[in-house]
Amino acid sequence: MATLEIHDLHVSVEAENGAREILKGVDLTVKQGETHAIMGPNGSGKSTLAYSLAGHPKYTITSGTVTLDGEDVLEMSVDERARAGVFLAMQYPVEVPGVSVSNFLRTSATAIRGEAPKLRTWVKEVKSAMEQLQMDPAFAERNVNEGFSGGEKKRHEILQLELLKPKIAILDETDSGLDVDALRQVSEGVNRVRATGEVGTLLITHYTRILRYIKPDFVHVFSEGRIAESGGAELADKLEAEGYESYSTKGGATA
Amino acid sequence: MAEAQNIPAGSTTAGAIAVAAESTVATRMSAPPSFDVADFPVPHGREEEWRFTPLARLKGLHDGTAVADGTMKAQIDAPEGVTVESVERGDERIGKAGTPVDRVAAQAFSSFAKATVITVPKETVLGEPIRVALHGEGGTTFGHTVFDVKPFAEAIIVIDHTGDGVRAANVDILVGDGAKVTFVSVQDWDDTAVHTSQHNALVGRDASFKSVVVTFGGDLVRLHPRVTYAGPGGEAEMLGVYFTDAGQHQEHRLLVTHDAPHCKSNVVYKGALQGQDAHAVWIGDVLIEKSAEGTDTYEMNRNLVLTDGARVDSVPNLEIETGEIVGAGHASATGRFDDEQLFYLQARGIPADEARRLVVRGFFAELVQQIGVDDIEERLISKIEAELQGSV
Repeated sequence: MATLEIHDLHVSVEAENGAREILKGVDLTVKQGETHAIMGPNGSGKSTLAYSLAGHPKYTITSGTVTLDGEDVLEMSVDERARAGVFLAMQYPVEVPGVSVSNFLRTSATAIRGEAPKLRTWVKEVKSAMEQLQMDPAFAERNVNEGFSGGEKKRHEILQLELLKPKIAILDETDSGLDVDALRQVSEGVNRVRATGEVGTLLITHYTRILRYIKPDFVHVFSEGRIAESGGAELADKLEAEGYESYSTKGGATA
Repeated sequence: MAEAQNIPAGSTTAGAIAVAAESTVATRMSAPPSFDVADFPVPHGREEEWRFTPLARLKGLHDGTAVADGTMKAQIDAPEGVTVESVERGDERIGKAGTPVDRVAAQAFSSFAKATVITVPKETVLGEPIRVALHGEGGTTFGHTVFDVKPFAEAIIVIDHTGDGVRAANVDILVGDGAKVTFVSVQDWDDTAVHTSQHNALVGRDASFKSVVVTFGGDLVRLHPRVTYAGPGGEAEMLGVYFTDAGQHQEHRLLVTHDAPHCKSNVVYKGALQGQDAHAVWIGDVLIEKSAEGTDTYEMNRNLVLTDGARVDSVPNLEIETGEIVGAGHASATGRFDDEQLFYLQARGIPADEARRLVVRGFFAELVQQIGVDDIEERLISKIEAELQGSV
């Protein structure tokens, strides 16, 4: 069973006046089949965790370890991590002019699977995944994320999740900017992948709204660059009622 | 950081027309067109038409010190029915399509020994391209070539430049009434070559002309692809692809002069740049004269900067002297293949070198498909692949 283990992870970014530490010792274990929600106020370091796990060059790991089934993830390049089974659905997916969605998906699937998918089954696979996400087939011929609406970008991210079948899926604020219908369709996509039991999900969100559609096994409250409290799904209800105030610096909960 | 100068896309249509008070295309040149090099002052580099060009690298083409001391091996493959002549400078077909617009073009005109005239007879439809292979073997050479495609003939012409040397030339393309011509000029020089050339196309009544300019090599390449119309109903398509590497200067200065009514022009140039001091310049001028009612024109330049240290200057310019047109527009944009795009593609398992290839192939694909000459398309794609191999 695939397991992602994060131990005492410290991460910095270069700021104008030197390096600034954003993650200050994160410990978390995500196993295949589990869903962990990471919740927290803006600026608490949730997205930094997501991008650090995927290997974004902006973030420097200063100490700690991340392993996937014992393999050192931090030693891997960005594409090696993806091929090892780590997937990041981005909050702000990047436009890639000149590259069509269909070309992109096939190139990506070829890289992840280690061989080009058979054309006939591939076309069917993409078509049915797009239908389930209520995506227009014409979408495949557009350039990656170019001129996509917020909802289209998120559907496109989840389409990739469904096609690439990672071991660990990190969903960075996938719910942000979605209307109720889009949120439901995107959540259904995530749930289809979860239902296979083959993915460990790290669901990063600011709001509890998406948790009505995607039920987490564990909820972690992120504050000041580390996990301040962990619990079951009931912790989300508490956050819904009380907000993040008790975790803020002023509240002293993380001190 | 790459200095990617970005001129925002602009467009002018029948609804909103800027009428030029006077022709800035003409007034910003330092001298009117002339066949005589003495009519042009030696440029010092600050003139509008010279301000992007590193004069010191022109090997004396601009100041009269270049002498014809080189060798250019020429091989001409002409299909049956086509005539190839070597003529003296007095031949009346020379210079009919256009007049040199800067000092190096006038220098080439003043210095060539004999001109080559290649004629496609009336109503002849060629099954194979006319191929002119020019291989530089060092030193300076001057040239003048005239392609005279008679009415209702159809021809594909390919001029292929390889090797090393300093080359200044003029190429005239006379497109007869109702004729159909594709003219391809490939600059696949060694990285030490210097090449300046003015392409003058005179497009006849109801004729169609396609110019394809492909520039990869050279230390300095500066081309003037130009189109004028000899009658109404003409169509011109001007396509260009360039791949500018470290230290290379590649400059394309286009002018379409709409002086006849109901003509069309469409200009699309795309370039990729990589490496320190790679410099691409694109000047796209379109002039719609008062007589050119019913004109339909569009010009576009796109640049993709792949690494730091490269520079693009892209200047589209549209001047309109009549409001009675179908459409006129232009666009220019320079984008970077940036770290975020690379991260996104890598985060989907695609290795960095393949990610770069994917983006560059995608950038050029649509334009390459429009060329319509199979072996040129294939060569272009493999050339782009080779350029990318060198970059990683």
